[in-house]
Amino acid sequence: MTGFTDGEWHRLHPLTPLLRGGITFVAIAGFLLYNVRDILIDMAFGGRGGESEPLLWLYESEYFWLAVLALVVGLALVIVGYYLAWRMNTFRITDEVLEVRSGVLFRRNRKGRLDRIQGINIARPFFARLFGAARLEVNVAGQDANIKLDYLTSAAADELRRDILRLASGTRVAEAQARAEQEVLLGDDGQPLPRTAGVSHLIDQRVHELLAPELDPGLAPPESVVTMHMGRLIGSLLLSGFSVFVLALVAGIAWGVAATGSYLFLIGVLPALIGTSSFYITRFTRSLRYSIAGTPDGVRIGFGLLSTSNETLPPGRIHSIQVTQPLLWRPAGWWEIKVNRASTSSAKGAAGQANTTILPVGNLDDVRKVFALVLPDHVDDGSMALFERGLRSTGGADGFVNSPPRARWYLWFSRRRNGFAMLPGVVVLRQGAVWRQLTIVPQARMQSVAVSQGPVFRALRLASLRVHTVAGPISPSLSAVDSAEAVRFFREVADAAILSSSADTSHRWRSGEATA
Amino acid sequence: MTEHLDLPEIAWRRVSPRYIVVDLVGGLLFGLIVVGAGAVVAYFIGLAWLWAVVAAVAVVFVVAIALTPRRVRAIGYQLRDDDVLFRRGILYQRFVAVPYGRMQLVDINRGPLARALGLSELKFVTAAAATGVVIPGLAEADAEELRDRLVALAESRRAGL
Repeated sequence: MTGFTDGEWHRLHPLTPLLRGGITFVAIAGFLLYNVRDILIDMAFGGRGGESEPLLWLYESEYFWLAVLALVVGLALVIVGYYLAWRMNTFRITDEVLEVRSGVLFRRNRKGRLDRIQGINIARPFFARLFGAARLEVNVAGQDANIKLDYLTSAAADELRRDILRLASGTRVAEAQARAEQEVLLGDDGQPLPRTAGVSHLIDQRVHELLAPELDPGLAPPESVVTMHMGRLIGSLLLSGFSVFVLALVAGIAWGVAATGSYLFLIGVLPALIGTSSFYITRFTRSLRYSIAGTPDGVRIGFGLLSTSNETLPPGRIHSIQVTQPLLWRPAGWWEIKVNRASTSSAKGAAGQANTTILPVGNLDDVRKVFALVLPDHVDDGSMALFERGLRSTGGADGFVNSPPRARWYLWFSRRRNGFAMLPGVVVLRQGAVWRQLTIVPQARMQSVAVSQGPVFRALRLASLRVHTVAGPISPSLSAVDSAEAVRFFREVADAAILSSSADTSHRWRSGEATA
Repeated sequence: MTEHLDLPEIAWRRVSPRYIVVDLVGGLLFGLIVVGAGAVVAYFIGLAWLWAVVAAVAVVFVVAIALTPRRVRAIGYQLRDDDVLFRRGILYQRFVAVPYGRMQLVDINRGPLARALGLSELKFVTAAAATGVVIPGLAEADAEELRDRLVALAESRRAGL
């Protein structure tokens, strides 16, 4: 146990105001220091620099001491304000809830039930990493429904996440006590890190934290980690749809210059260059140290090179999974995996977009490993073989109920790959012959199911299926299915959804294990 | 015309025939506003083909309004042991099944005309925005009884998200 989970109120990292202000503080301090330095040099050597400098002018005017006084008072007010904000910002964790109080004039109290947690994210912006601090964010379902603890010491954030997940998982105190024996040292006041160990130790620790792999091998089984190869990452970026767009742009500009003989077209190049390179750099640095691993409390996904984020999704928090393959990736056999989840994390994913991509790029083997992590109850040899056929098969009798031949008027190329399959616990939808796509929805997470038919489909005896899940990048649906099969799908899935959700205990995912 | 989608084993409960009036008046008003606005624009611009567009829109509205009674009769719902089934549409058919445990809340809405006729509209909200199940044209007492029953059922079968 960390000192945090005792049900008492605790404060955040003392450097929180500085870290929240972040780079702005550094910039202002640097600017002031730079100007003051000139003045100090002038005072010492009696020289005269640029006469127009505002600070110099102020120094020579009669209001100088008044200005200094205003500055000191202003600074004091800011410091007192931040100190009060830090002092009033407290949190506590009981067996049932996480509660945060904040605000000086406008008080705010936010309470989240632990069994409603959808994910816990630990973000370490680069500036905060230098100070060994981290931001812990507890996500629950809904918009703007995150509980943020910024900042904590890095080690404390990891411990706290583990403890919150343990409390949320429904395991009881006996296991917690067994774990407590192997704890690192923590102060009584909840401010960990033994500072008595001296500065060199502290620096060692910072360096270690900066260089350490994102996943602590003690907390996650390393054999399940998918490794990101730099060559593959660069290749996947170069072969993305965005690269095609960039190439088209370059070709257009080159043609424009060659055809008109004027270099007017090059004016647009610089902003375009900045935009494209920042896109590539963001994706690259986010994904380079990508990691994914299974822990007893869910899947842990890490992103980021300088600013890192590292998120744990407890079991049963993934509402659907989609594997896609752009056409350009097919020769290399690469895939991308996205998920739908009920919460919105403020941490950014692989491309600075919403954090729903759980595998930026990987080969079939990586896809298999990720499936095993995110669908632990539904993956065995049989289902994995079906998933693989869903990914790579060209269609036909491969375990999927595909669209009938009369659907070719609607689906010109993908008719033979357009189908569904039902396994115990999951619904599998497959689409696309050019842009291949496989969607898996755990039945215990489905919200509802619909079948619909318009006049054109009625004439062709076809129908559309749709499985409703929480909002996200995936909307699982299938069109142009044989209408009798669609009705059968509707009946079976409606029944299966009820059975699966009543048998599902993942909101207290470990409550079966511990009986103490 | 080939056969419609159907679940023959379900004994569908239908909505009140009075709802036809509500739907008719609503459709008429909307149609008059759209066609009227189109006619004004066409009058001031004075292009012949614009009048043709307005006329086509008017025909579509007339057909849609003429089909209102059939459309209302096609709305059906059924409370099964563990879920609600809902259907609507003739030309564009839609069937939805929502397990009780997935219901986040139940809304009752009453428009001015529906209220005058003693009707209510029941709306189910799940965590998925696309579920979109709205049963119109229920007698007020039925709607409230149905809501209380659904809330009780949802409570007894509550699951996570």
